[in-house]
Amino acid sequence: MIIVPMLMIVLYAFTVQGNSVLTLTITFDNFARFFSDPIFPGVLWKSLKMALITTIICIAIGYPTAYIMARQKPKSQGLTVLLVTLPMWINMLVRTYAWKGILGRLGVPGEISVYVGMVYNFLPFMILQIYTALSKIDASLITAAHDLGADEKQTFLRVTLPLSLSGVVSGITLVFLPAVSSFFIPKLLGGGQYVLIGNLIEDYFVSTGDWNFGSAISLIMAVIILISMYITRKLDKDVKEK
Amino acid sequence: MKKKSGIFSKIYLWVVLAFFYLPIFYVVFFSFNRSKSLTRFTGFSTKWYEAMFNNRSIMEAIWYTVLIAVIATIVSTFVGTITAIGLSKSKKIVKEIVTQVNNLPMLNPEIVTAIGFMLLFSSLRIKTGFTTMLLAHIAFCIPYVILSVMPRLRTLDPNIAEAAMDLGCTPLQAMFKVIIPQIKGGIVAGALAAFSMSFDDFVISLFTTGPGVSNISIYVYSNVKRVNPTINALSAVIVYVVTAVLIIVNVVPMIRERRKKKHETIEKTL
Repeated sequence: MIIVPMLMIVLYAFTVQGNSVLTLTITFDNFARFFSDPIFPGVLWKSLKMALITTIICIAIGYPTAYIMARQKPKSQGLTVLLVTLPMWINMLVRTYAWKGILGRLGVPGEISVYVGMVYNFLPFMILQIYTALSKIDASLITAAHDLGADEKQTFLRVTLPLSLSGVVSGITLVFLPAVSSFFIPKLLGGGQYVLIGNLIEDYFVSTGDWNFGSAISLIMAVIILISMYITRKLDKDVKEK
Repeated sequence: MKKKSGIFSKIYLWVVLAFFYLPIFYVVFFSFNRSKSLTRFTGFSTKWYEAMFNNRSIMEAIWYTVLIAVIATIVSTFVGTITAIGLSKSKKIVKEIVTQVNNLPMLNPEIVTAIGFMLLFSSLRIKTGFTTMLLAHIAFCIPYVILSVMPRLRTLDPNIAEAAMDLGCTPLQAMFKVIIPQIKGGIVAGALAAFSMSFDDFVISLFTTGPGVSNISIYVYSNVKRVNPTINALSAVIVYVVTAVLIIVNVVPMIRERRKKKHETIEKTL
């Protein structure tokens, strides 16, 4: 149930439309079509850029939040974690839909709306990952650093930050990956103008019905995501070895 | 990592939390709006709630969402637990491979998993609809169950089942009376994860469902192009239910603990 659907995508991506299992024609046309038309790589690039910026914003907002959370009293820590997780239990679509009203009222343009929606949906994951890493740090390490003459800034940069990087890395995977392929956030908040790679795939499957080309697009996306996963994992290992 | 936090960091934390709750309060507020507008509040009314409960397709969507989540949770918890127990007894290579494969759907973008299911169902000539959506939900929930049961099994003494059988248990009894109670925590966590994944799922449902069958997410997605205040009411109802459940889940153990402590102090004083 897990592998077969993946193989089906590969099969469709390399074949032409309308053939049955008996008359398979292997082709690279679908991939050639993707890269020969400047629109498709453009959309792919836009999606990657958007996911990257979303991830950076999530780290920028999420790290201080997690840091403050980890420094609270243990009792209020539990409550804040609950408050951060609670919205995640409410249907993602419902929450994104709610933003539509707010942003529409404020007259926020489509592209910024999409960013707000993305950051809103993925920020809790980043906060929780960094928070978990931060709260695992042994308090005596901080005391030791202070005893050895480090001031607040030095302690943070040389002790806390390096020890919490593993949380940042797992946060990146939890934000970047779904952000690349997200398609209902741009569709709901972008006002129909904003097309990302996920919307492209949806269109080819739902509206156009060209499943072969749609499969080729998703295969390209999956490969890119696997590569970025590999890079982040490697970064994580390097961090740990230091 | 304990220290008093300054005023500034407190404000920062509240701003972030306000950001999380703003859309939720907004949608609840406007669900009571008298007019259709999503931007101007003209007066208090509960008519959109009435409209929602009288809307057949919304009620159907809720019914399908709950039904699929319940069946998918039961089946995936059962299959996932058995798979995990089987895996803990199999060879190391098999374990490694299955664990890797198990991680795949979690690393894969949802949309890729979704179209994979869609292509599979269509090539098997299975008509899409309730059954295909349910099958897809069961399939994507199983990895989460396995993932939460496995760590519990690893801490379990491998000889414990044999000991039970030496003492006269049949293998089935050994499983239900010895192994299952030991890993209960993992099974419950897995079932909860499966339920919430299935209940909230949108992408996989959208691609595996057929005409006439939609869950809450699909309904919201296909009806937001027009201004539709009944969706506000639907969203608000989801907010109420989730909040109530979470309060019960988090508060009840607290009260129980407090009672237990009270009991203990009473016993001590006696």
